[in-house]
Amino acid sequence: MITGKDVLKITDLKKNFDQTAVLKGLTLTVRQGEVLVIIGPSGCGKSTLLRCLNGLESVNGGQIVFGGQYLTDPQTNWSRVRQRIGMVFQNYELFPHLTALENILLGPLRVQGRKRPEALATAERWLTRVGLWDRRDSFPRQLSGGQKQRVAIVRALAMDPEIMLFDEVTASLDPEMVREVLDVILNLAREGLTMLIVTHEMAFARAVADRLIFMDEGRIVEDARPEVFFQNPATERARRFLNIFHFDEIHKRQGEERDAGD
Amino acid sequence: MLDSALSVLRMGRNLPRLMEGLGVTLEISLVSVALSILLGVPMGLLMASRRPLAPSFLRLYLEFIRVMPILVLLFLFYYSLSKFWNINLSALTVSILVFTLWGAAEMGDLVRGAVTSLPRHQWDSGRALGLTESQVSVYVVIPQAVRRLLPGVINLTTRMIKTTPFVFFINLPDLVKVGQQIVEVSGLRIPLASVWVYGTIFVIYFLICYPISILSRYLERRWQS
Amino acid sequence: MFLAAAKLTVILGCWGVLLSIVVGLFCAVVRFYRVPLVRWLVGAYIELARNTPLMVQLFFLYFGLPRLGLVLEGETCAIVGLTFLGGAYLAEAFRGGLLAVGRDQIEAGLSIGLNRLQLLRYVIVPQALAVSLPAISATVIFLLKETSVFSIVALPDLMYVAKDLLKEGNSAETNLLLVISYLAVILPVSLFFGWLERRLRFAGFGS
Repeated sequence: MITGKDVLKITDLKKNFDQTAVLKGLTLTVRQGEVLVIIGPSGCGKSTLLRCLNGLESVNGGQIVFGGQYLTDPQTNWSRVRQRIGMVFQNYELFPHLTALENILLGPLRVQGRKRPEALATAERWLTRVGLWDRRDSFPRQLSGGQKQRVAIVRALAMDPEIMLFDEVTASLDPEMVREVLDVILNLAREGLTMLIVTHEMAFARAVADRLIFMDEGRIVEDARPEVFFQNPATERARRFLNIFHFDEIHKRQGEERDAGD
Repeated sequence: MLDSALSVLRMGRNLPRLMEGLGVTLEISLVSVALSILLGVPMGLLMASRRPLAPSFLRLYLEFIRVMPILVLLFLFYYSLSKFWNINLSALTVSILVFTLWGAAEMGDLVRGAVTSLPRHQWDSGRALGLTESQVSVYVVIPQAVRRLLPGVINLTTRMIKTTPFVFFINLPDLVKVGQQIVEVSGLRIPLASVWVYGTIFVIYFLICYPISILSRYLERRWQS
Repeated sequence: MFLAAAKLTVILGCWGVLLSIVVGLFCAVVRFYRVPLVRWLVGAYIELARNTPLMVQLFFLYFGLPRLGLVLEGETCAIVGLTFLGGAYLAEAFRGGLLAVGRDQIEAGLSIGLNRLQLLRYVIVPQALAVSLPAISATVIFLLKETSVFSIVALPDLMYVAKDLLKEGNSAETNLLLVISYLAVILPVSLFFGWLERRLRFAGFGS
């Protein structure tokens, strides 16, 4: 369901922390309905990129154009923009003093000024879809990590965003809870929601991505279709990076061969 | 204007008298703090222990002291002790007694908090190294408890110092009482006497308490990790 | 007589505490957002108020200021003095709570489009209040206890009444009445805060 329309256009984006450059001139265009997965070693700037797109970091150079609007303009009304760009964080960051439902309703009611019945209907629809409607009155600390992250995703979706940013949303989860969160995102992808996903889950990246971006040292090193990237990465750096994830398999296989040899 | 300030303080023995008042103030607070620590440490250890009766009794005592204004206690001890039990104590003794009753309760709670807030596994890991009970106390528990305690104790000291003006009410010649006497005498001749004298006392208290607060904050930050 | 005196103590205490909360919140927010210049003034005020006794502040207000041309009535003095002291203590209590709210929580609030004020109201302050509740409760009780010195600015409060009675016909009832009066004023407040702390703890803080 990728249409030809460009939703997000990033040109020569630069970001420094003190003296060190984290993003060194990054250019990227995202089309409507596209699912973009960004991978790369830690410290490569992939999380910083997402945070710049949501105005959580200021930008030192370049341009971001979102739906025809320049986000790099210092006059940007971020409250407006953030209603159209949903973001989900690694550590969920649900508000601990509000129930799951209150967490979800806060944005639609207070920021967008929607009517309660309407906002409630939206919340119910999404919560039911992620299987948590019966947990709506639970406080965050009464939910498991996977449940919290699903609520956090719904909190962002309830604002009807045009694009969603996922920042390593499974990195803090127990392995057995990763699946329930990834399934939700996979479903959203099938519906054609535009998404930028930063992740370390390679199998998931392969399954969900329309396009795969490999970043290293603040630059985009590869930009390819996932099956091409995983089977035949164009650069040495990407190959080395992927090898880290194959380490377990190789190790096991060597062990098996040795066993077979005995 | 400044002239009038200096003249109030220069007049007669005004400045030395203020210093004597300061002496009374410091005597009450420092003696009380020392006694509070002596009494509060065993009290806190008792409260932290699992013996059933002592902690609940001490809790009740602590809650009562927490809720009751120090001034009420001063009045009760000063006016009623002599009348009902025929015990005659000087105003200074009553002050130190009351401040110690209060300080010991607060100190006890600080000690209880410091001891119980130490994670259980600190004892376990000490023992796991083969240390004896008393070695664990000396090398592991006490150093950590003292660090948690000291900012609180220093804080308690400034609170004591700031509460000493209450002894004004039982006619002890502390800083505030002396100040009032000076104002009464010289206020007729120098209209601004009250401004200068109370202003000076304000500054004296600040000069004593502010450095102590800074020390407490510094220790807290340094030992937080 | 005790009843009227207790009523005065309660009224002055309530005003002092309420105004202290307003002043304290203002100062805490100013320091939290690092408002230029104002934060220095606020910082100086907090240090001055926290490091001097209420009684000296009251003496200055009641006996000093009239000489400079500003006459305050006893009641005004009492409330101004208590607020001056309480505002500084509560500012510190609130600030501790504000600092305890993590940067990530603030970013999460921003990411759903809350503006600065909404962020304070819906995300930061509720969490900060819960964290600083023990400090707030200790300060409020401390302030109520400090009201016992109001007789020095010629207010007929509990201590004022008690002093005369204790000096003259000192009876066991007078002693008892004095203690009970203060217990009746402060104990409910103390119990209320204890209940509130337990309730908030169960309400699911500390995700």
